[in-house]
Formats: sequence, C-alpha cells, structure tokens
Amino acid sequence: MQPSNPHPDQAPLSGRYPAGGNAFLHRDLTGIGKLARHEILYLLDEAEQWVELNRQSQKRAEVLSGLTIINAFFENSTRTLLSFEIAGKRLGADVVNMQAATSSVKKGETLIDTAMTLNAMRADAIVIRHASSGAVGLIADKVDCPVLNAGDGQHEHPTQALLDALTIRHALNLAPGSDLNGLKITICGDILHSRVARSNILSLTALGAQVRVCAPPALMPAEIETMGVTPFHDFDAALHGAEIVMMLRLQQERMQGQFIASPREYRHLYGLTLDRLAKAGAGALVMHPGPMNRGIEIDSQVADHISRSLITRQVESGVAIRMACLDVLTRRARGVPGWEPLAGDAMSTGERA
Amino acid sequence: MTPRPLTIINGRLVLPEGAPQPGALRCENGRIVALGAIAPQPDDEVFDARGALIAPGLVDLGVFAVDKPAFHFGGITRAALMPDQGPPLDHPARVRFAAQSGKPDMWIHPLAAATRALEGAEMAEIALMRDAGARAVATGRRWIGDSGVMLRLLSYCAMLDMVVVTHAEDAGITGSAVATAGEMATRLGLPSAPAQAEALAVARDIALAELTGARIHFRQVTTARSLDLVRAAKAQGLRVTAGVTPAHFMLSDLEIIDFRTFCRMSPPLRCDADRRAVIAAIADGTIDVIASGHDPRGPEDKRLPFVDAEPGMAGAETLLSLTLTLVRDGHIDLARAFALLAANPARLLKVRAGVLETDAEADIAIIDAERPWVVDSDRMAASAGNTPFDRRPVEGRVNALFKGGKRID
Repeated sequence: MQPSNPHPDQAPLSGRYPAGGNAFLHRDLTGIGKLARHEILYLLDEAEQWVELNRQSQKRAEVLSGLTIINAFFENSTRTLLSFEIAGKRLGADVVNMQAATSSVKKGETLIDTAMTLNAMRADAIVIRHASSGAVGLIADKVDCPVLNAGDGQHEHPTQALLDALTIRHALNLAPGSDLNGLKITICGDILHSRVARSNILSLTALGAQVRVCAPPALMPAEIETMGVTPFHDFDAALHGAEIVMMLRLQQERMQGQFIASPREYRHLYGLTLDRLAKAGAGALVMHPGPMNRGIEIDSQVADHISRSLITRQVESGVAIRMACLDVLTRRARGVPGWEPLAGDAMSTGERA
Repeated sequence: MTPRPLTIINGRLVLPEGAPQPGALRCENGRIVALGAIAPQPDDEVFDARGALIAPGLVDLGVFAVDKPAFHFGGITRAALMPDQGPPLDHPARVRFAAQSGKPDMWIHPLAAATRALEGAEMAEIALMRDAGARAVATGRRWIGDSGVMLRLLSYCAMLDMVVVTHAEDAGITGSAVATAGEMATRLGLPSAPAQAEALAVARDIALAELTGARIHFRQVTTARSLDLVRAAKAQGLRVTAGVTPAHFMLSDLEIIDFRTFCRMSPPLRCDADRRAVIAAIADGTIDVIASGHDPRGPEDKRLPFVDAEPGMAGAETLLSLTLTLVRDGHIDLARAFALLAANPARLLKVRAGVLETDAEADIAIIDAERPWVVDSDRMAASAGNTPFDRRPVEGRVNALFKGGKRID
C-alpha cells in the first residue's frame, strides 16, 4: 500500500508555507532555538504523512533510497537511536549506527577527527548525540552534509520537542497546521539538566502555549523566565488548571546527593501520582520522554493510564518526526525541485568573535 | 662593551600625572638619566619618536605563558608569570629558571606557587622561591578553599612582605561551572554558577587580609558586588588591590552565544551590569591593574565543546589598544591608563620600572595611540590566535620598544 501522498517530496502543504525550500531554510537541525515558528509547524505537518504510513503493514517509502545515514551516538541511547534507525530505514536509506562510549571519545580533537572521518565516508546525513552542550553544532561546522541533533548535553533535543508537539496535536484532535495557542502545559522535573525541557520550552512557547516549569530551586536554571515560562517550586500550584503535564526523568546519575535529599523525598514533592494528577485540569494528559523512573517522578498508575497517558504515543510520533526531518533536510542534496542549495553554506569554525 | 647612550626625541612623554608633555628622554647604562626639554648629547644614538607617545613599557601582572613576540607586539617589557606552568612554579629551581627565561629583551617575574602543586593544601617554599627571584606569590588559577591554609599563607607572606595574588571564586559554588548563571547559560545549557561566588571569595580573603595585615591582590575582580567589597576594604585602609583583564570590561556573557570557546574565560564573562561596574571601578580607582592574562591556546584546547575547552585568551597584543578605548571613551586619562598598565603593577612587584623618571629602568614604548589596526586571530604574534576580539578594529600600536635602553627588533 502506498502512502497517502504518493509524492512526499512535492510538499502537500502548498499555500500554508513559503514555497519550496523557503519553507525550511536550514541545512542542519541543531536546535529548536534556530527555527522560526513556521518552520516548526512545517516539520510537524510534514510528519503527518509518515504517521499514516507507519500505521500501514507495508511501511516503506523509497524517498531516501541510496542515501547513507550515520547515527553517531557518543552517549548511550536505546530509544532515540532505535527511532532514528527505523525512521531512516522506512525511508529507504542505508543506516549505519556508530555507538562510541563517551569515555573513549571525550577529548576534543578526537571529536573533530571523528566528524571529519564520518564526513569523508560521504554520509548524506549524520545524526549525533553527545554529552556536551554545543558539541553537535561544533561537528556540524566541520561536515558537508546535514546534521541532526539527537541531544547535546543539556542544550537541546529538537526532535523530542517536535514529537511532543505532534503528540499533543493528535491527542487534542487538532488539525494539521494548528499551533498550541493558549494551551496550559506544565513541565516538571530536573529542568536544569534537561535538554528536553529546553527544546520543549522553545517549541511550545513558539507555538503559543502557556508553559510553566516546576522544579526544586537547585534544579531550576537561572533566569528561566526570560525564556517565556513561569517558574514554580510547588508542584500542586504548577498543576492547577494544566491541560498537559510533562514529567522529566530524574537524572539520578547527575544528582550525586547534591540536588535532592533522596528519591523518595523527591517523589514526595514532585512525583506524579494519581492524587496529584487530580489537581491538574480535568482530563489533563500526561507525557514523559522516557526512560521513566517508575515510582519516583511518575507512578505506574499514571504512566499506564489508558486515557491520560500519551507516553507510548510519543514514541510513535517520534519515528514520524524523524522521518520528516530526514526527508526535509536531505531535499537539497537530492535535488528536489524548489529546494536549491542554501546560499552561504560555507564552513565556519564558530570560533570567530 | 657598554651601549651608546640613547636619546629619544620629538615625543610626548607620558608622565605619572597630567597630559603628555612634549619632550625627550635620555637613557644611559640601561637607565633613564634625564627627561623633559633636553637635547641629545654629541655621541648619543638618537631615536626620533615623530610626535608619538614616549611611555613606560607595560608591566603585565599575570600571564600564563612566556610568549615574547606577543609581549613585544603589545609593548610589554615585563610580565609576571603565573605559577600554573607544567610543572608548577613551586620549587626554587624552577623559579630561578623562569626568572631568566626572557632575558635580555624581556623580563619575566615569576610568581611563586602559594601551595605545593597549586593544590591549595600545603604551603610551598615561598622564602626560598623569593630568594630565587619570585616577586610575589600566587594561588594560581584556583582559589584556596581551605580558609586555614589561606590564613597561614597570608600571615607568612605578610612577614615576608610579599603580595599574594589570588583568584577569587568560591570553588564550592562554582564547581564545574563554565559560565555565569543567567539567561545565556540557561539557554545554552551550560553548567553555570552565580556571580556571587566571586564576592564570597573576595569577602573571605579581605577578612583574612585584615586579620594578618597581608598584602593581597585580586588578579581579576569582575562583579559589581566584589568591587564594592574591594572599595570598602581600601577605604578601611587595608592593603588590598584589584586587577582585571580587558575581556571583563569589553565583553559580557552574551558573547558566549553559539558556544564560542574563545569567549570562555576564568572567571567567566559576566552580565552587562557587571561589565559596566568594572569600568566604573577602573575610573574611580578601585581597580589598580589591567593585565592581559595572556594564555595562548591552540585548537586542541579550544576547538572543543564549550565545557571541555580550556578557559583563557591570548591577550598580550590587545592589552594596550583595548585599555586605550577607556581613554577614548573618557573614563580615564592617559596618565591613569599607564598607571594601570605599568606603574601600579611595577609597584606591586617592587620593581623600579613602569614610570618615566630618572633612575628607573629604561623600558620604553613608543606608542602611536591613534594608529588603527584590525585584530586578526589568524595572524597574531602570539603562539595561538585565541582572541575574542577577532576582526575588531582598534587603535593604538607600538612603533618601537626599548628594554633597558636597548631597542628590541
């Protein structure tokens, strides 16, 4: 069975966005912070067709046939890596995974050298995850093909934010093209160390949502309100009237006893239990980027709640979003009509003042 | 053979006070012997300054590398070398070697490591290092966290009458931070610490200086709050001085956007209000010294993710020009600029230099304060081009430099 749109390269979204390649004027996807509102919406709308395709028994499109995609993960990952791998394969690309333990490729020239090596292998797109904020942008400056950020340190995780927005849109039955204007969303957890939180704040505020963030003071970044969100320390107050509750993973490996007293104390103040969820708006929906610490930041009755939890739907949207990103970012190299190479695509070191 | 006496004519002399005075300067046996309305004597070598400034050679208090081409480009004739070398300057033999390493055309004044291996725990052999040529003591890139160690160090250095150059950032608060807490660090997802970490460290060290009577020099004071503490300590008559590098009066933390590692400093760049407070403190005399913090770093240290990159900038070449921007903007006059760049650091190091006066060492920079040039990180005299001021048009260049009355080529 064919996807609903037999010519996915020929944007089905004509009229809603600038024509051709003007709809998305970036070679790379390093962060939501670099995107305009309409570019976020464009990627969401492009993903709709892939949601459809992924629900068919025959899930393959040959859009990226013959292209090589390298997933270079310098930090452990299971679900994001798998999601990108499936996305690439469903589009017909040859996908290669490189998982390097952080320890062996920690120091810098090695990182640049690795990037140059990947580049020399003539990848058509490189997906990168790295433990240092800004590392993906650094690599992007050194390679000639589109680079997708699959998470860099505590900076950004753009495809997660896109898949979250798409999940919300579907859960609320919002039509393609819709933004999230006025929606009350509470993000709770380790905001300080979370790239998911940063990307989501940028994306959700750009789409018009009213975003609250909730964390104990030690896990709240300085001047977070400058990003257009309202900070809370009291979870109950942050939940009041919320339509979406996004829980973040308590990154216990980063805590070292310095930020919270204990997991059970954290749960006491910030764990999403059924009782707590009742303090949110009626029918509020629950999200979590995974992997979850069940019984710490989220209780199983909430995580597995059949009508309230969107957690598995997030995973489903993830594949579609990553397919859309891979498709859109490779269009210029594939010579898709209307997608001319970007001007000024020169290498830059990022070291210039 | 003793070199011929030298007379520099047709210049404008930068004196400790007032506007530059037209005049000449004569040196003999490496020292200044006369200056003012004088004429060359018959056998003198004559250098025509053609109306440029005749200024004292800069005394750079706190550099991390001996980098002569950069120092000479920047008009620096003496530099105090931080003990953070490999291996650290915590042993008299290494101090003695470092003290000789610039001669004859550049004098390096080693700063003795305050503690062994700069670990902040055991006191190093400071008196032996003093006698080997150390002009002062420094805690290095780090703060000494143990207040007991710092107390004993300061009382010992008070006895030896050596100034202690300290780095002021409370390490318990800064931890592994690479940026100042604020909007930029939050957006970039960089580990950050509140700027008050500096004021806390300054407050403790001032209290200990008061207790011991020690001379303490904060190498970089970069926040409004810590400058207030220094200001109050000075008003109280404590022997406290403060320095800064141009990065902290020229740049704010907005510059680290896009993870620019050339803007990674220690202490990190601050908010713009703090930057303006630094300028005010330079103008009102709270800050005594402007130094380069010269720390040339190649791509292996800088072309890295921001967190993994080393802090610091190659600053020797731009020290003079960037300080002159404060003169041009009317914050300070030229005499005060050279007090910050030469006279005050020389006094702290107890060397007879940094001012134009008879009997002082004839370290002379001939400076065209208006000569324009553009900073170019690809073509630096320094051993690496890590400057956050790349492509910036600046004014003020050294036309000629003399060390001990001898021209440096």
